[in-house]
Amino acid sequence: MYTELNSILNTNPDSFTQGEFVLLSDRKSDASFLIHHFLSLYLRARCKVWFLGLVQSFNHYSAISQRLGVSLAQAKEKGQLVFLEGLNESLSVLIPQETDTRSQAMGFLRDPAVGLKSLYEFVRSSVTSSGGGEAGADGAEEWGPPVLLVDDLSVLLSLGGNVVMLVRCDGEEEEEDDGDDEGSERLLKGLTHQCSLTLHVQGLPTGFCRDIHGQVEVCWRRRQGDGQYTQKKLFQYKVHDKGVSFFAPGTSSAVL
Amino acid sequence: MAAPMSSVGKPSAERSPFNTTSFQKKTRSKLISIPGTRPSVQNGQLLVSTGVTSLDYLLGGGLAVGTVILIEEDRYDSYSRMILKYFLAEGVVCRHELFVAAAQDNPDDILQELPAPILDDVAIHKPVEQPRLSCEAHNSLDAMKIAWRYQNLPKVQSALASSSRFGHYYDVSKTMEPEIRQAAKCHRFYPTEHPTQSSPTHSSMPESYSALLKSLQEVILREGFDVAAPMSNSRNILRIGLHSLGSALWGDDLCCHDNPRHGHALTTFLYGLRALLRSSLSVAVVTVPSHLIQDRALMGSITRLCDNAIALESFKGSERETNPLYKDYHAEPLPSRPPLPSPVPTPEALEQENPKLGNRFPPNTSLSFCLYSPPRSSPVAPNA
Repeated sequence: MYTELNSILNTNPDSFTQGEFVLLSDRKSDASFLIHHFLSLYLRARCKVWFLGLVQSFNHYSAISQRLGVSLAQAKEKGQLVFLEGLNESLSVLIPQETDTRSQAMGFLRDPAVGLKSLYEFVRSSVTSSGGGEAGADGAEEWGPPVLLVDDLSVLLSLGGNVVMLVRCDGEEEEEDDGDDEGSERLLKGLTHQCSLTLHVQGLPTGFCRDIHGQVEVCWRRRQGDGQYTQKKLFQYKVHDKGVSFFAPGTSSAVL
Repeated sequence: MAAPMSSVGKPSAERSPFNTTSFQKKTRSKLISIPGTRPSVQNGQLLVSTGVTSLDYLLGGGLAVGTVILIEEDRYDSYSRMILKYFLAEGVVCRHELFVAAAQDNPDDILQELPAPILDDVAIHKPVEQPRLSCEAHNSLDAMKIAWRYQNLPKVQSALASSSRFGHYYDVSKTMEPEIRQAAKCHRFYPTEHPTQSSPTHSSMPESYSALLKSLQEVILREGFDVAAPMSNSRNILRIGLHSLGSALWGDDLCCHDNPRHGHALTTFLYGLRALLRSSLSVAVVTVPSHLIQDRALMGSITRLCDNAIALESFKGSERETNPLYKDYHAEPLPSRPPLPSPVPTPEALEQENPKLGNRFPPNTSLSFCLYSPPRSSPVAPNA
């Protein structure tokens, strides 16, 4: 959770709006630091989080979240975090063993014609079975609104899946997407149209700089009255060991 | 102008029974140090050398364990093959295990063409001397009077003592001696040797890819490279070299058609490879003939699924060969993707440095493979 980003987005662990759809996209750079921000933010906010980590291993996310002060392993134990480790599951699909009883969430790898339906079913059944935050009779903890994070959608495209628009649950959704070519361009446009908040990460247009790692364009789309209201802001950022600092363009500490 | 006498000599089959000293450096951490690796200064990841020290510099110190580097082949597959051989030769010198898979040539042929390492000890190696009895030592004229503790040690250290260094230099004009190469454990995969079983279910990958993935997984589990395996005293790194993936010889029609039938075969394979690498102590170098792949979007996906990527552009036959500025250089690597995160320089960054590979041919030394900064031309006045 990066405090500067929280103030930019007007979010804090105690209160945030429900029913939001946040899109993280990047072009020729890497927006994964934003995924870690949102993951730690929602875990701190005591929401129930479903995380489809398709590109990296659980240890990777865990190590970085540790630096941000959140323990993924603990959250998983307590039941706050449901983690689908795409890489692990995919191996059992790609290299079929004789006795295979694990969940077939990544079944689309074997047969792209089937599509991502099995993945969708996995998410839907998991969300509905947990009931969305009721306090159980056995004293299960009550969590906040459900959040779904997907990292990252372009991998699903690369692997041949037809990305079905996920039906939104009552909670929030976040996705990450690399936009670099036609297929993902179309997907990016479709998603941008649907979402309420976009964070688009790019490199600096002037080239590489050691002190400024890139820029983030934040775009809010709100419905106010009859029309839509879009607000855009541009920030530059620098990734540190334990956080990211955001600043207005031209106000980097190296420059001032 | 003969080549220098930097002969490696015969390495002794057994190590000296005596160590020079019983001192052991106290390591602060409980991590087992694996020969041929070092932690990164940026983020503490374990790095291995690719064999080309200047490429290591480009990658930020080396190749991180558990990642894959994609090399987009140059037109005649000369320099990508050379980088692959350097990578494997480095594995032999560091005593890592190797896994070589190739469809075009037999992996054994690639292994026989590895470049010879240039090691520090130029002195002629003497065979290991038998431990002499102390009475004999006193009698001989060579008896040491001051440093008598070192009396019974061999006069010259064995040739591979420098394997504790990170990154070595190689002489491309010579091939590695068979004894050194055979000391390393190599696993091979040659698709024609593997009988293709007809898969009952429709698979998204051609059989050669599935068989390769399966073979890799078997080797990783059997030889104990799995991270989940019980920690023993000696862990080692598996170096995986996959040659020319995506070419037609692997059964993939990615390079043959504009709309390939198995369009996502290679990306699915790379995803599976990533899954295997992230859960084991291995590194992979994959070469892909990208100049044959027409679909740039697909090439983009392939690049994004690998952790590092460089593209090689050879000057042979192109107009650059005749440009006097480039006369010393043979090919050009272009990083086609920024390296792993935190911090992430944009691609423009690396292009500005834009090092070029060179095989400089100074008159009487060995040939080697290095990256240099691009040649800078001084501004020429129009009338000069």
